[in-house]
Amino acid sequence: MSRRPGFVLEVDKSTPPTLFWSGETFGLETLPEGSRVIYAPEPMKAIEDPYRAIRHALLHPEGDRDPLPALLRPGMKLTICFDDVSLPLPPMEAPDIRQMVIETVLDMAAEAGVDDVELIAALALHRRMTEEELRHALGDRVYDAFAPHGLLTQHDAEDPDNLLFIGETDQGEEVEINKRAATSDLLVYVNINLVSMDGGHKSVATGLASYRSLRHHHNPQTMRHSKSFMDQPASELHSANWRMGRLIAESGVKIFQIETTLNNDTFPSNFGFLQKREWEWSLRDRASYAAASKALSKVPPRMARQIFHSIRSPHALTSVQAGEVEAVHALTTANVWAQQGVDVEGQTDILTMGLPYICPYNVNSIMNPILVACLGLGYFFNMYRGKPLVREGGVVIMKHPTRPEFHPGHHPSYIDFYEQVLTQTIDPVQMHKEFEESFATDPWYVHLYRTGHAYHGVHPFYMWYWCAHAMAHLGRVIVVGGDPKAVRRLGFSPASSLNDALEIASDVVGPSPTLTHMHNPPIFMSDVH
Amino acid sequence: MAGSGLRGRLRAARFPLAAPSWPTTVERPDPERRIGLDYDHDWSRRYPVRLARAVVMDNLARPAARLLAPATVRGLEHLQHVEGPVIFAANHLSHLDTPLLLTTLPVEFRHRTVVAAASDYFFDRTWKAVLSSFTLATIPIERSRVNRKSGDTAAELIEDGWNLVIFPEGGRSPDGWTQPFTAGAAYLARRTGRPVVPVYLHGTRHVQPKSAESEGRAPGGSGTESRRSSRVRRSPIAVLFGSPLYPDEGENTHRFSDRVEAAVATLSREVHSDWWQARRSVSAVAPVEGATTAHRGPVASPWRRAWALDEPPSRDRASEWPD
Repeated sequence: MSRRPGFVLEVDKSTPPTLFWSGETFGLETLPEGSRVIYAPEPMKAIEDPYRAIRHALLHPEGDRDPLPALLRPGMKLTICFDDVSLPLPPMEAPDIRQMVIETVLDMAAEAGVDDVELIAALALHRRMTEEELRHALGDRVYDAFAPHGLLTQHDAEDPDNLLFIGETDQGEEVEINKRAATSDLLVYVNINLVSMDGGHKSVATGLASYRSLRHHHNPQTMRHSKSFMDQPASELHSANWRMGRLIAESGVKIFQIETTLNNDTFPSNFGFLQKREWEWSLRDRASYAAASKALSKVPPRMARQIFHSIRSPHALTSVQAGEVEAVHALTTANVWAQQGVDVEGQTDILTMGLPYICPYNVNSIMNPILVACLGLGYFFNMYRGKPLVREGGVVIMKHPTRPEFHPGHHPSYIDFYEQVLTQTIDPVQMHKEFEESFATDPWYVHLYRTGHAYHGVHPFYMWYWCAHAMAHLGRVIVVGGDPKAVRRLGFSPASSLNDALEIASDVVGPSPTLTHMHNPPIFMSDVH
Repeated sequence: MAGSGLRGRLRAARFPLAAPSWPTTVERPDPERRIGLDYDHDWSRRYPVRLARAVVMDNLARPAARLLAPATVRGLEHLQHVEGPVIFAANHLSHLDTPLLLTTLPVEFRHRTVVAAASDYFFDRTWKAVLSSFTLATIPIERSRVNRKSGDTAAELIEDGWNLVIFPEGGRSPDGWTQPFTAGAAYLARRTGRPVVPVYLHGTRHVQPKSAESEGRAPGGSGTESRRSSRVRRSPIAVLFGSPLYPDEGENTHRFSDRVEAAVATLSREVHSDWWQARRSVSAVAPVEGATTAHRGPVASPWRRAWALDEPPSRDRASEWPD
C-alpha cells in the first residue's frame, strides 16, 4: 500500500478515544464532537543501501563544491563535526546515520592520505556526550580510532584558547566559533535534519559557537520574531544564522555540508500503536496499549523513564545530500517537509497536545518543568508554516505530569532558574535583562559545563526564550495532570482532567470553541492555510 | 450468572478492550488482501506444517493416488545420482499432475519440494492460497512471463535447498499435446546452477480432465458434457523422468528451454515404446533442418490433433462407447 499523507480527522460520535501522551505514560481521551485531530504522514520509504547513497552524495555534491575526494589531499587539516545527542529523537537504532556518514568520509580521507583529522561533537551550549552516547552515534570503530588519541573532542564554548573570532555581521552580530574547525583546510559537517530548523548555516554558526556569539540570536527578541522556527523565511533565528554563516564562509572557512533526513518511523513494533490511528488499532495494538499503560501506571516514574529512554527508534534514511551549505539545505528542507508536512485549513481556538517523555534536551535524562514548557510552547506550538495552529489569544492545553524533578548532573542551572528566576518573573524580556548574564558567566556552571555533563548555565533561559513567541500569542496555557505548584510556577493553569481544562479555557475562548489536537509524535508540521 | 455477567461485561467493554469504532468521516478501505503474487507463503515451509503435510501425503494422498490412478513410473534411476535441489519441468494435463508427481518422487525429494503454481488461479482467493500452500507447498508465479518477484522467490528457495516443480507450459494442455514452454525453468536453472529434470506425465487428463469452464470458454453442448468431463475417472497413467539437464556453456535461456522441451517430448515417445525406439524416432526428425522435436502435434483441425495423439482410450471411456 502506498504511503498515506498526513490526515486531519473530524471527531464524530463513532470516533474512538484519542491517544494523549503524558510524560512517561499515555492515556486515551474523548474529544468533543467536531474537534480535529491531526495525524502525521506515514513514514517515507527508506533508502535500501544507505552507504551507497551517502557515497553517491559525497561524489555528486550540490552547489559550488567539488566532490569530496577532490577536496582531500595529504598534509591537509580536516575536521569532521557532527550533531550531538539531541538528535534524532528518540535515538535511532544502530547504526546511527552519523556513523554511516562519518565512516564513508573517513574511508575517502584514508584513501587520500589525510593524516590530520579530528572529530568534534558540535554541542554549542549543550551537555557533553558520554562515552556510551558517542559510541552509539559514531560506532565503536570510529570511536576507538580517534578517542584514545585525543582526536575525538566535544566543542567547548568556554575554552578561550580554542575559539576564533571571525568578525561581525552587518547587523553587528559577533561571530566566534571553534578554532580548530575554523582553521581547518576543510570542515565537514554531518547533520541529522529531524525538523526543518536543523542544519544549514545553523550547523556551524550555532553548533560550534560561543556564548558571545549565540546571545545575538538566542534572545527574547529574536525568538519572538521567529514565526515559526520551522518556517525559514519567517524565522528571525534562521535569518541571524544565515547572516553569521555567510560571514563564516566569506572569511574563508571551507565547509562541506552533509545533511540527512530520516523518516518518521518513530517507535519499534512493540510500541507501534503509538504511531497508528486509533480506529486502525489491531487486537495486538490494543493489547499492547492495555499492557503498557497498565504497567507504566504501576511502576515508579524513574523506572518508566528508564524504559522509555531505552527505546531505540527504527528511523531510516530517506535522503542524503552534500556540498555547499545553502544548496544542500534547500534540498534537505524540501525532503523534511515531504515527510512531515500536513495541510490544515484554518486556525483553532484551543490546541491540545500530549507531551511525550523526551525532548532534545533530556535524552537519557529528566524532563524538568522548564523543558516541559519548551517542548510544548517552543517546539510543538512552532511546528507550523504560515499561521500558528491556534489563533491569537487562543489556549494551549498540554498534558504532562510536570513534576518538579531535575537531573542535578545535566541541568544544575535549571534548578536555580526554577527557584530563583521563575519565582521572580516569567517574562522573558525581564529575565533576559536581570538574570541572564549572571547565570551565563557563573564560574560554577561554566566549570560543570566544561568538565561534567551539564548544560551551560544560560541554557534554561534559552529554553524559556524558546517559548516567547507562544507566550506572546496565547491567551492561556493549561497543563492537565501536572503538579499544580510547578505548573503555577511556570505561569500556566493546572487542570486535573481534560474536561476541567476545557472548562477553564472557556473563560478565554468562550463556551463553544473549536479544538484541534496534535497527534504528535510522530513529528509533523502543519501548513496552516 | 457468572457466564451472563461475563458476556455482559464483554458487551459493555469499550475501546481499547473492544475493537475501535470507525469514524464516519473516514472512508473505510477495503481490507488489505495479500493474495496472488503478494501471498505470504513462508508459513507453509515451517517444520510443523511440513510435518503435517508429510503425514497427509504419505498416509492419504499416496494410497489414494495408487487406488485412483495407479501410475507406471519410469526413469527414477536418473534421480539416484543427482544431488538436490533440482528443478522438475513437466508437461501439464490435469490438476492431478502435481499430487501425482509429488507422490511419485523419492522420499528424499518428496518432502522438500515446492511447486510453482499460477498466482491468478491458485492464489486468487485466500482459502485457495492456504489450501494449496498447505497440501502441495505451492508458491505463486506469474504464468505468462518470467516475473521478477516470483523469479526471485523461486531462486531463493532453490538456493535454500528446495526442489522446484514447474510446469513450463504455463497451464494445462487443452488437448493433450504439449504447449510451447515458457523459459521459467531454464531461467531458474541458469540463475541457480541447478539441473532441470524433464518429466513427462501421461494419461492424467483422462482421470481428471480440464473442464471447459476452467479454460475460460463458454461450456459447449448441453452443459451435461462439461459436468461429466470434469468427473474423476480411473485410467492408466504414467510418469517418466528424464536425465538431468544442465545449461551448456554459452547456451542462452531460450535455447536451453527448447532443449528441456525436446527432452520432455522424447519422454512422451517412450510411453508407447521404449527408450531406444523413442530415441530413434527423435533422431529421424532432428537431422531435418527446421523440424521440431517438440510434442506439439500437427497443425490441423482439433479432431485430427486428437487422432494423432495416438493415446489408447481409457477403460472407462471404452465402456461408454455404444455397442
